[in-house]
Amino acid sequence: MSMKFRLATVLAFAIAAAPAAAQQAMPSPPILPTQSAPEEGLSVVVTDESEWQDLGIAIPAFATNRDQPTPANSQGTAALGVELARVIFNDLRNNGLFRPVGPDALPRPTYQQITAPAWGTWNGRSAEMLVHGYVQAAGEGDRLTVGCYLYDVQLQQQLVREGWDVAPADWRRAAHKCADLIYSRLSGESPFFDSKIAYIAETGPKDNRVKRLAIMDSDGANHRFITNGQSMALTPRYSPDYSKILYLSFLNGYPRIYVYDIGTGRQTLVVENQYPTLAPRWSPDGRWIMYSMAVAGNTDIYRVSANGGGTPVKLTDSPGLDVGGSYSPDGRQIVFESDRSGSQQCYVMNADGSNQRRISFFGGRCATPEWSPRGDLIAFTHVVGDLRVGVMTPSGGGMRHLTNSWQDEAPTWAPNGRIVQFFRTARGSGEASIWQVDLTGRNERRLNTPVGASDPAWGPVLP
Amino acid sequence: MNKYAVAMTVASALAISACSKKAPEELPPPPQAPSTAPSTPAPPPQSGPTPGSQAHFAQQMNGRDTIYFDTDRYNIDSEDQAALQAQAQYLSQYSSARATVEGHADERGTREYNLALGERRANAAKNYLVSLGIPANRINTVSYGKERPKATGSNEAAWAQNRRAVTVILN
Repeated sequence: MSMKFRLATVLAFAIAAAPAAAQQAMPSPPILPTQSAPEEGLSVVVTDESEWQDLGIAIPAFATNRDQPTPANSQGTAALGVELARVIFNDLRNNGLFRPVGPDALPRPTYQQITAPAWGTWNGRSAEMLVHGYVQAAGEGDRLTVGCYLYDVQLQQQLVREGWDVAPADWRRAAHKCADLIYSRLSGESPFFDSKIAYIAETGPKDNRVKRLAIMDSDGANHRFITNGQSMALTPRYSPDYSKILYLSFLNGYPRIYVYDIGTGRQTLVVENQYPTLAPRWSPDGRWIMYSMAVAGNTDIYRVSANGGGTPVKLTDSPGLDVGGSYSPDGRQIVFESDRSGSQQCYVMNADGSNQRRISFFGGRCATPEWSPRGDLIAFTHVVGDLRVGVMTPSGGGMRHLTNSWQDEAPTWAPNGRIVQFFRTARGSGEASIWQVDLTGRNERRLNTPVGASDPAWGPVLP
Repeated sequence: MNKYAVAMTVASALAISACSKKAPEELPPPPQAPSTAPSTPAPPPQSGPTPGSQAHFAQQMNGRDTIYFDTDRYNIDSEDQAALQAQAQYLSQYSSARATVEGHADERGTREYNLALGERRANAAKNYLVSLGIPANRINTVSYGKERPKATGSNEAAWAQNRRAVTVILN
């Protein structure tokens, strides 16, 4: 989307570009330099949210210098300012760290107040933090400029600010960027809101369910079906640059993995031979595709160049079923599952297939291991009668459950490695839905999807 | 009246004996005769399914087109062998027929592993048919994992019906 810039530049540009219309309404350029706030007391470990649960954040509507229609919102930039604040409010309220208050319950600041908050108003509302922002359009159909400011109400200080220049269709991304800015500044963690999820949309009866490839933003917006459901689609994975999606399709009747190009809408078979292929994965740099292939009933793990061509390299060679897998963030190791010991367990090997060793020894079965983008943990499905999502260290230690339901499976990590999504199947009906949970296991919520949903795959933060 | 009671008793006995094994109580399907005989006259032989077709195969197998597995297992036990021998006999008789063995798993496992497990089960059935003299190139395999359950309940009886390999004739 987006060009990020220092707000002072934007404001100067805006003044130069539209002096007559904007000069009077323009807030005076911020005096404080960015990133000026004191550091002490503002970093926090996400897994201990107790002190931060009560951190009140007021997020009133974003202001605009001039209300005018834009392709993003026919009601104009003033209404869009409310929508932007709502998106930020919903991002921040859903992760258990903050107690945000959204624009529908707050007075609306003026354009001038964006850089000079009315402290008295906010002091009286028990808001420790205050988010202000503006949105403006240079003209009809033009790009939008969105500014985002975070203030400490008690200190009466600006903590951080940033601005983005976005195409009108990408207005939600500016809101996610603002939420990411606030989240990162207050938690000390990496951002994750401005990202997308590929998943499988499910409709129809349990014994004849239609399964379609679909994509959406991290908050469920901008939903889009990719396949029409004539062939069953399963287990998608976004490429690291979001240009492609790997997935399994029963096109032509047999399970094979395909790579779908989002830009052109074309898809190609990853491996051309007579054997079923499944469980496709990207290497972190996008150069390799790892997959599982069944030959005469025995499944092993392979990898092949993502550019097409090249000879597949067989990474495992056991009489058991070796399935799936996930690269460590540095690309040097792979965690995968195998039943070579008699039941599904998790193993780690080097990326070339050497040094295979079992890491799960905590009882039950270990399935669908996914290496955190931070490298510190592996999320997996713990099959112990019920299916539960758990995490462990890369050596198999510190196993703990994040969920406790009848059937939760296939965890995928938020780009910052602090939140896990998975899918939950209801007993009986078999209806599937996507959920997410933080690493404390305490903040769990269901994602809104238009129909049933499974196999979430979270992509990286957008540039 | 008497006849009917006897039939019921036999059906119950079958269900109980099936229950003690791994096969689910609903299977094999009940014989056709009691339900169809009173309402419709027996169809003339000419109008039945075409010999060598899937419909004909399913009718002839009468439930033996499907074999069942224990949780996470893919071994062929004596009951499965009997069913596969019937299938092999049919495939020998109709030597132009080609078949696909569809492997399935119950819902109590993870999706990808179940796809691999279904493939392993389908291959176990195929290998047994090949061992009985059916050429390997007449038999395909495909796995649906847990995506195509036959019984839709979430209980042991349903899961036992869903851990299966089904042989289908390609028409």
